[in-house]
Amino acid sequence: MKSLVVSFRNLSLKGIRTNSGGQAQLSPFQVMVHKEVADHIRSWRFIVLLALIVLTFITSMYVSLRNIKPAVSNISDPDHLFLYLKLLTTTDNTIPPFHVFISFLGPLLGISLGFDAINAEKNNGTLIRLMAQPVYRDNLLLSKFTGAMVIIATLFISLCLLMLGGGLLLTGVRIEPQELLRIATFIVFTIVYVSFWLALAILLSIQFKQAATSALTAIGVWLFFTVFYPIVVNLVIRAFLPDPSFLSRDEIAGYNEMILNILRVAPGQLYADATTTLLMPSVRSLGPLTMEQLAGAIPTPLPFKESLLIVWPQVSGLLAATVVCFAFSYYLFMRREIRS
Amino acid sequence: MEQMNDVIIALEGVTKCYGTLKAVDDLHLHIHKGEIFGLLGPNGAGKTTTILMMLGLTEPTAGSVQVCGYNATMQPIPVKNKVGYMPDSVGFYDGMTALENLVYIGRLNGVPESEVQSRARVVMEQVGLGADMHKKTATYSRGMKQRLGLADVLIKQPEVIILDEPTLGIDPTGIRDFLQLIKQLSIQQGLTVLLSSHHLHHVQQVCDRVGIFVNGRMLAEGDIDSLSGNLYNREGYATHITVEEAVVDTPALSCALQQLDAVQQVTVEGRQITISSTSDVTPILVRWMVEKGYGITGVQKKEYGLDDIYQKYFDNNLTGNTADEKSRRFFQKSFFKRHKN
Repeated sequence: MKSLVVSFRNLSLKGIRTNSGGQAQLSPFQVMVHKEVADHIRSWRFIVLLALIVLTFITSMYVSLRNIKPAVSNISDPDHLFLYLKLLTTTDNTIPPFHVFISFLGPLLGISLGFDAINAEKNNGTLIRLMAQPVYRDNLLLSKFTGAMVIIATLFISLCLLMLGGGLLLTGVRIEPQELLRIATFIVFTIVYVSFWLALAILLSIQFKQAATSALTAIGVWLFFTVFYPIVVNLVIRAFLPDPSFLSRDEIAGYNEMILNILRVAPGQLYADATTTLLMPSVRSLGPLTMEQLAGAIPTPLPFKESLLIVWPQVSGLLAATVVCFAFSYYLFMRREIRS
Repeated sequence: MEQMNDVIIALEGVTKCYGTLKAVDDLHLHIHKGEIFGLLGPNGAGKTTTILMMLGLTEPTAGSVQVCGYNATMQPIPVKNKVGYMPDSVGFYDGMTALENLVYIGRLNGVPESEVQSRARVVMEQVGLGADMHKKTATYSRGMKQRLGLADVLIKQPEVIILDEPTLGIDPTGIRDFLQLIKQLSIQQGLTVLLSSHHLHHVQQVCDRVGIFVNGRMLAEGDIDSLSGNLYNREGYATHITVEEAVVDTPALSCALQQLDAVQQVTVEGRQITISSTSDVTPILVRWMVEKGYGITGVQKKEYGLDDIYQKYFDNNLTGNTADEKSRRFFQKSFFKRHKN
């Protein structure tokens, strides 16, 4: 009986061997990314977040589907023909649309996937063990980032594809190529936005020894930018701004522009600007427009390329912030001495 | 022994400073292929720092570290390919089974996918964890983790293994088994082993050569016999004799013993008589005492073990440097010990 078991085991081992024998040898970086992805998928933290985001998505889709009919038949709205963009943005004002939800929840997702990237490994004593293997140090950082990015990208792409598929099934309306492009770009922006928070969280996880400290700091930054920053800016501006009744219209517009630019330091504002422009093709400018600029303009949706040009600074800003966080993480991590 | 010329780890004038603290001070160390070298020193002596520099995990302030022919500071990756390192508090991913942990490390080392599973199993059997390989590492005891750490080191089939405090926190039987395992592997596979410890007896059991390392400096280096030989020359010999009844006339006995050849000093405490001499006079002493009618219940010739060697070198070094908090504590300990003796 024993020998039978042994021979079976050998057989099954052989089977595995031949199956995997065909695969190319993975580089250490790929191995690490695999492990990171597997870790995230198995973690409760990710399951909770997944549930949260999926629930948000379902709620906003439900609300927008209920209101899609009046929105699409509203002739005065130049965007009324973009059914799938309407699906993402229509709301009856009881809850915010999906992209606004994401500007709140995205940071949470990024932070929760990254806040203990390095310090938890360090505290478990696995970091030194990893560093004793023949892998480059930056591969660890990069794999932490890539692993979480793979998860985030998969999540948002599948959600939006679900939405498109559901919309196709329910309405039977053909999807415009422009809509597809806009939605795809929306997904890319969302991923970039979450990746900024991820990079920030990883940076904090290198800087702080305790996972709780880095999580709290990251959440603090997030809260500051979403809640306090607009309030502070408003207070300060109101204190310094001259009385609007003594100002010319151009000066008022100039001040408005300035306030907006200050608000755009917050990543959430950049993301909101970018997604609004992309998902509502009739948005022509993110700043105030003068009457002269508006004169003669017909309220029609902009082509995709024009919308993209409008939000290009925003996207560059987000990307730059991400890169800065990541570069700083490198700087902190690469020559640090690792001890258990 | 003909391999002894093969230097596999060479440290030349290595210095590491942390701010004003010199953790390692102008260290010269050569380790030969196939030997088991014990790096012996108290906590905070700079053992771990030295090891980290050998792996390129920290940069020396001055000096060069050559491991397997590579400069460890400039080319850490080829060094890490050939060197297996087990840190003092080894950790594993708790969510994974022991086998998965091991396979992960195997993959990182570029073990081909086709043999990584089988090799991991073989290594697990080798370190005696064959029955527990599918358990989560969270359920592992300290000793098991230590064994898994060794498996971790072995799966990459290294040329050199460096073990930082491998015996820390394991029970005595576990330590013996673990050290036996290391010795056996070293002989079977021709591995060079560097192990650091502050436990003298553990090092004594397995090491071919030891280096005594205190406050960043290598105070003595060599095999245990030559180190203790040095000590005999300096300290002379000591014999403890235990007698049946407490000695009544202590000064008389002392004087009588002092008359004997080569005897330097005699201390009598109740039934214990300690005699130190310049040569081994134990048989003469025993004969003399039997003739004088003392009932001898025990005779013990003092053997200088690593403990004494360590203590000796360590004490000598203390005069200059007590800046380190840890060593101060050590100082007090050894101070009290000496008084008890």
